[in-house]
Parts: sequence; C-alpha cells; structure tokens
Amino acid sequence: MTDRTQIDHGAYEGLVEAHDDSRWAFGTGFDDPLVGVDTTMPEGVDGAGLAAYCLMLADDALVMSQRLAQWSTCAPELEEEVALANIGLDLLGQARLLLARAAAADPSVLPVLPEGSPVPAEDALAFFRDEMAFRNVRLVELDNGDFARSSLRLLVFSTWRLALLGRLRGSRDSVLAAVAAKGVKEVTYHRDYVARWVVTLAQGTPESRRRTEAALHTVWPYVAELLGTHPVERNLAEAGVAVDPASVRDELHGVLAQVFAAAELTPPEGPTASAVTGRAGRDGVHTETMGPLLAEMQVVARAHPSGLW
Amino acid sequence: MTVRRPTASQAREVAATVLDPEMPMLSLADLGVLRDVQVDDDARVVVTITPTYSGCPAMATMRADLQVRLRSAGFEDVEVRTALHPAWSTDWISDDGRRKLREAGISPPGATAPPAHGGPVPLTLLSGPRRVTCPQCGSPDTRETSYFGSTACKAQYRCAACGEPFDHVKEI
Repeated sequence: MTDRTQIDHGAYEGLVEAHDDSRWAFGTGFDDPLVGVDTTMPEGVDGAGLAAYCLMLADDALVMSQRLAQWSTCAPELEEEVALANIGLDLLGQARLLLARAAAADPSVLPVLPEGSPVPAEDALAFFRDEMAFRNVRLVELDNGDFARSSLRLLVFSTWRLALLGRLRGSRDSVLAAVAAKGVKEVTYHRDYVARWVVTLAQGTPESRRRTEAALHTVWPYVAELLGTHPVERNLAEAGVAVDPASVRDELHGVLAQVFAAAELTPPEGPTASAVTGRAGRDGVHTETMGPLLAEMQVVARAHPSGLW
Repeated sequence: MTVRRPTASQAREVAATVLDPEMPMLSLADLGVLRDVQVDDDARVVVTITPTYSGCPAMATMRADLQVRLRSAGFEDVEVRTALHPAWSTDWISDDGRRKLREAGISPPGATAPPAHGGPVPLTLLSGPRRVTCPQCGSPDTRETSYFGSTACKAQYRCAACGEPFDHVKEI
C-alpha cells in the first residue's frame, strides 16, 4: 500500500523551488503590478473620473486580448499563433496596469467579493464585473471571424490605440503617462505586423482578397465609435489627464489610408453601427457577442471566488 | 547569530546575480531591469526593477527570486518595487549581456531608433533596416521568419548561410 500523502507531496515538490513557496502553480504568484509605484492623484483630479477613464482603456486592451487568445490552437500558421498570443500578452499587461490604476484611484469600482477572498483588485475587475460595467468600445468584442477579419480589426485597433497612447504620454497622471510610454513601443510593433498582413491578404489570392473586403465591410461600421468623446474623456482631457479620442481622427484615418493604398482597399460608405439611444460600449451597452466572451473569460474565477478549490 | 547591517553595494552584488527566468544566460543586471538597490534607515533592502514588456510574465518570478536570494544571503528585510518610468529599452542590455546572448545562440538587439519627438509614430510597411547577423556562423545573410518569437522580447530568424534558425532580441 502506497502512502498517498507522500505521493502528493512528491508531485507538488516539482512545482516549487527549494524554500520558495511563491512559485506554486496556482495561487501565490499574483501580485499588484503597481507595487512600489507612486499612485498619488494629480492635483485637482477626481478619483472616480480617473478610475472610469482607466477602465475604458483597460477594458479595450483586456477584451482585445481575450479575442486574440481565442486564436491559440486555431491560427493558420504556428508563427501567426505565436504573434497573436504575444500581442494579446502585451495588451493584457497594459490592462493589468490600468485596472490596478483604476482600483487605486477609486476603490469603489471594485465588485464585492466574499470576505477573505484573496482575489487581487485587477482580477476582481476583470472577472467579477458584469457586462454593463465593461467600458470597452464594441470594435474589440466583435467575433474573430476569419483571419482576415481579425487582422483588419487588429489593424484598426492598434492604429487607434497607438494614436491615443502617443498623446497619453503627456498625461498629468504619472502612471498613465508611464503606461502609455511603454505601450507605444509595443503597439507600434503590433501595428506594423498586422498592417503587413492586411496588405498581404488584400493582394494575395482572389479568395484572400474577397475575405479581406468582406472583413472591411464588417469592421468599418464600428470605427466611428472610436472617435466619439465620452463625457468622462472630455472632462479628463480638459484637465490634461486623458486624450480626447476625437483628436486622433486625422492620425487614425491617415495611417489607415496608407495601408489601404498599398492594399488597394476602399472603406465602404455606409451607416455606422447603431448605438442604443446614443449609448454604446463606453456606456456599458454592448453587442450580443459580449456575453459569451465574458462567460468564457470569467467562468473559472467566478466558480472559485475565494480562490479555493 | 549577528544580523548583518547591510550596505547597498553588498546587497547590489547579490541582487545582480539573480538570473532572468526566461533568458537565464543573463542576470537581471545584464538585462538592465535592475534599476536600483538601496538600504534605508531601518536596514531594509529596497530593490527596484522594471518590466521589459507590460505583460512580462516573469516579473513575479523575478521579484520572488530577488527576495529568496537576498534573504538567503542574510538580508532579512527585503522589499522589491516596480518602476514603470522611464520605460525599459533594449539599449540597457549591457555589453556583457550582449556577449552572453550571442554565446547562447541568440542575436542581441541593435541600437534602437531615436525616439520621434512628438508627432505620430510612422508606419513601417516594409521590413525595416534591421541587419541581423547569425549568432552561429556570423553571416549577415539572414531573414526574418516570424515577427514574434518564443518570448515577448524576441523575433525568429533563419540564416541562409548555415541554415540554422535563431532568436533575435527585438529592439524596443
């Protein structure tokens, strides 16, 4: 008869370094990504507003990252799978910092968890908020579709985000400025990667061109939402903390025009995706794809809100 | 047993030996992520590190490794902080680190482009001017096989002269 406790002990031993309980496969490796960073509020800025703005930028990155992760094991080539996972990882990192910034600026944004739950603030925000509390633009939540649609969407997203982050480097909030300065380097790389793919797909075979044109028709109606200014963004932009999305219009369309010229693509004329009584992603009003996305992303954490199993 | 009254240089010496979990041929000092090591008035060692990429999954491990290494070297009170600004650049990888990368078959990063002052970041639709020599045979006849690699900081290349695939640390 084998001693079961000994077997278990042996199995777990392989997961940790000697005398180092911080390397368990689950549980103790998470810590605040802003540990030791000065999170003092800039003068005259209200915490609730800053938190709301951080959630917008965080949720854009988080939901885009989740869509990119869905390509794992499904991408057309191993290299592209690695690329999409890498891009998703960068965005997830940006999301973690921004979620932590939101929680530090206004702890009341945190969902209520069981007493004693070890779930850190960033995880509470990612996994325990309901759909209405997510502030991402709808572009990022759309279904992946085929590789052409995912590429086209990622092109629009990274061009827009790079334009935002470029300006956000001058934010009066030192954390946002630092996150942006780092993000600019990362997203520059994402945009170059995906712009080349869009050109390749558009100028490839008749089938890849057909799919790329179809992708443009699906994605384009969601571009207008990216340039709309939410009151939270307007207030903080006036305070020198946020970027007014309307101010990146020329850069977004200018860069996209460069790619579309090389790809010989023409964006469709046509209606933009409708909002619900003027409200869209930034107000927590999402498309029908958002529910299943969140269900997949949140199910494990919600099943174990105390971090125990 | 006497508790050591640590000096910053002693602590730095120990912290500098901790290896990067993903590129273990490099120490955190070689990689340029070890920003600062100080000892405060209460004899607490305060180490400041910076992430290479926003999503660098190795940060928690680095933090844990620094704690363990410093504690086992006799420094009892250790705090590891994060600095986000200024953002890490591959220009901070030391010459020694570049040599170690090359010896491990990884092509070290070239110099980064000077930052654009204000204004939008230009789009690069064609492969940039990056020239990568093969870390195995030294041939400049190499081509990029993937824009991204096994970790966030690398791209994949192949050498046309010796046929070997290799990783290149991307300039950021």
